[in-house]
Amino acid sequence: MTATFVGMPPFPEAARAALADTQLRSNLAHATATIRAKRAAVVAEVDDWEELRLAGAAIKDNTLLHLDEHLVALEAALTARGATVHWATDAAEACAVVARVARDHGVDEVVKVKSMVTQEIGLNEALAAEGVLAWETDLAELIVQLGDDLPSHILVPAIHRNRAEIREIFERRMKDVGRPAPDDLVDDPARLAEAARLHLREKFLRARMAVSGANFAVAETGTLVVVESEGNGRMCLTLPDVLVSVVGIEKVVPTWQDLDVFLQLLPRSSTGERMNPYTSTWTGVTPGDGPQEVHVVLLDNGRTRALADEVGRQALRCIRCSACLNVCPVYERTGGHAYGSVYPGPIGAILNPLLRGVGTDEQVDSLPYASSLCGACFEACPVRIDIPSVLVDLRAQVVDAHRAGAPKPEALAMRAAAWSLGSGARLGRLERLSGVVGRVAGRLGRRTLPGGRRALGRLPGLGGWSGARDLPAPPVESFRAWWRRTDGGRTEERA
Amino acid sequence: MRVALSVTCVNDAMFPDTGKAVVTLLRRLGVDVAFPAGQACCGQPMVNTGYLDEAVPVVRNYLETFAGYDAVVTPSGSCAGSARHQHDIVARRSGDPALVEAAAGAPPTYELSEFLVDVLGVVDVGASFPHSVTYHPTCHSLRMLGVDDRPRRLLEAVRGLRLVDLPSAEECCGFGGTFALKNADTSIAMGADKARHVRETAAEVLVAGDNSCLLHIGGMLSRQRAGVRVMHLAEVLAAQEGAA
Amino acid sequence: MSARDDVLGSVRRALAAADRSPVPVPDGHRSRPGPADVVGLFAERVADYRAVVERCSADEAAGRVAAVVEGLRVVVPPGLPWPVPGAVVDDGLTAAELDGLDAVVTGATLGIAETGTIVLTHGPGQGRRALTLVPDLHVCVVRAGDVVGDVSSAVRLLDPVLPQTWISGPSATSDIELSRVEGVHGPRTLHVIVVG
Ligand code: SF4
Repeated sequence: MTATFVGMPPFPEAARAALADTQLRSNLAHATATIRAKRAAVVAEVDDWEELRLAGAAIKDNTLLHLDEHLVALEAALTARGATVHWATDAAEACAVVARVARDHGVDEVVKVKSMVTQEIGLNEALAAEGVLAWETDLAELIVQLGDDLPSHILVPAIHRNRAEIREIFERRMKDVGRPAPDDLVDDPARLAEAARLHLREKFLRARMAVSGANFAVAETGTLVVVESEGNGRMCLTLPDVLVSVVGIEKVVPTWQDLDVFLQLLPRSSTGERMNPYTSTWTGVTPGDGPQEVHVVLLDNGRTRALADEVGRQALRCIRCSACLNVCPVYERTGGHAYGSVYPGPIGAILNPLLRGVGTDEQVDSLPYASSLCGACFEACPVRIDIPSVLVDLRAQVVDAHRAGAPKPEALAMRAAAWSLGSGARLGRLERLSGVVGRVAGRLGRRTLPGGRRALGRLPGLGGWSGARDLPAPPVESFRAWWRRTDGGRTEERA
Repeated sequence: MRVALSVTCVNDAMFPDTGKAVVTLLRRLGVDVAFPAGQACCGQPMVNTGYLDEAVPVVRNYLETFAGYDAVVTPSGSCAGSARHQHDIVARRSGDPALVEAAAGAPPTYELSEFLVDVLGVVDVGASFPHSVTYHPTCHSLRMLGVDDRPRRLLEAVRGLRLVDLPSAEECCGFGGTFALKNADTSIAMGADKARHVRETAAEVLVAGDNSCLLHIGGMLSRQRAGVRVMHLAEVLAAQEGAA
Repeated sequence: MSARDDVLGSVRRALAAADRSPVPVPDGHRSRPGPADVVGLFAERVADYRAVVERCSADEAAGRVAAVVEGLRVVVPPGLPWPVPGAVVDDGLTAAELDGLDAVVTGATLGIAETGTIVLTHGPGQGRRALTLVPDLHVCVVRAGDVVGDVSSAVRLLDPVLPQTWISGPSATSDIELSRVEGVHGPRTLHVIVVG
């Protein structure tokens, strides 16, 4: 994959381009509406859903607050069961570990289970630089990889593509990297899935090394868990001799029993199913079954920075279900690429700034503002991440990071507004001025709003607002002026 | 009970009729609401844009203005949400223990429908409004405050009013304060869908509990010459059109 | 300094100022009243995934299994309690050899009614993980007495040290326009026989 998020413009600009793509918008509207309905139906089946959410949030919070202890326990349990544990502070270190294992075994290709974290660290590119080809085996990841494209959704990275586009990508590209697409391929989802099955099977059967992530890592037992649908995960986790799992340090849960909460929350929130088709769990090496050499890479890459953020810490509870994306009215219209990261949507708008820090990159700084703060994400999140509150807190961090140096026009406007809005007397003086505008508009305005009020149309200097929205003319008399004149309406009533 | 009206800066400057409607309505229900003249803004525009230092004097003014009352009522879900969920954040930011204490001890700020249903215990406010109406539940009233179906119950009790369901009612209209300017294209795309759903209802009037959202949706409807009037919930509940 | 010390040091610094007092974890969901008809619900929910489900008595089980795999090249794990005529017993077949077979018959450790899930722990009668993955038809015999009500009960009974595969219907994908297609890399047909 040569496509990259590096150098993406800030969100408003990227969103403008995406909004202009009507095909993209209709693909997304259709897909998100479908998944929203499925999720709502299976969540409604669970009477104590709210309690499960509270339990999920509490388990994750307790784990994060003692993360050091749980990581040490996880390491010990894994080692006792025959796994090799590696630690990585950043993407480069993690990629180097995987490349070293590949080199030690002399492999020039690996099969991959869909994993957000290996996208985050740019593993495929790093392996390619070492001469190792990484084959994505999840259907949507395959579509993205073959299309030399970028993922735009956590669960369904190719959500922005429709069936016709997918057929074209398969037909054009499969033959370059393995078994070609069938000659009579049509754009029916079942036939496209069949083409992927045939294309990937030869890769699964010959693979000697696989790379995965993990949805959960149980500290007490050293058990890793992968939740999936297609069986590509099982293929990768079972058939090769060597398995390397890259696991973000926030994936830890303390005990095996804790999984009961997450195995209920995740599938219903994610694919909108009671349970996903396949969940695999493994604890180190099992003699005679599956990979006989098992590595686990525990990755920081900004997570401890997020952990230090008192308000933002809760973002590390995220189980990557993507429910927040599917309910987000902004995501639904802009799609995932506009967020410029493998983590798009509401969770991306907080996670990227938390992992990378604010104040240095304009694109990252634009993300906390990519939300109307409607709160639909918080309502849907199975681990109750209060995304709107984190967004507001991050906005303050962005503003604070720029307080030194010359103030931007927005900062000046905010200072002026705060001054006017800091006292009733000052606001009253401003309203007398706008009343003059109202009087003029009343005399000159040609447009009237339903209900009789004068309207202002396109206004110079208000381009952002007035390009598509009229504005009512200011009233001649403010509420406070009316109150003073009529003693709160008492003299008016008498008159 | 001493009840103060926080009319909000937007209503004060742009929508005085909403404030007048609240006064009329509450008087009809026997509540003589006060209007402390020192009031200006709840601070939300600064907080939601990230300007916490700038919000400090604004929030201080709010807390001082309403300190002596038993309850504050406001015709805005968004501003009620700011008073209830953001003032303590701003107070802590100020580093002033007196302000932190003032925020903790502030009288409760109720959104209008909460005040009517929960505090006054009324659903039928004696209004009549013989028109077809569709209702948009604004995000902050719905999700930050949890007003739930209170506004609908109030509207259903209005004589002559025919309530038409709004498709995808709970989806955000795209206003979002400075979002409407900073991400104008996305905001307009969201507003366009909301306006389309409003037109689909063929209702005469779109009602909501926040004039800022109505400014946005109404601005789009007006530009589209949709002929739909937008009204604040308070104005409908104050109306006694054609009543004997 | 090693990466391990780096990461653990960063974690500890990040939490230095945090209030680390425990957050209470509600666990009422672990003692939900179970469904009235556990086995009936299980069969219904498995069928919802478009798996084939049939119920029979213990005496009928072997006959039902034989009928499903008749004429197919079939493999079974060592220790399967039901005789399957003509079946190859897995003795470490390669992935390519497994790919040349049509069907596999196994037992299961338990079933979960609420979610229509079968759990394999890959011991005797179930076989190693690859066995139930590569052939295109998986015939799974579940004893009615092994079906539990919900996910919590299942997790409580399972031993984490054993590798597990939780199976809910045939392999599937919704990656194309979110429309669900059954049958990708795992078995495209799941045939569940509930016994007893
Ligand atoms: S933030 Fe919550 S809703 Fe969004 S992906 Fe993470 S867990 Fe799911």
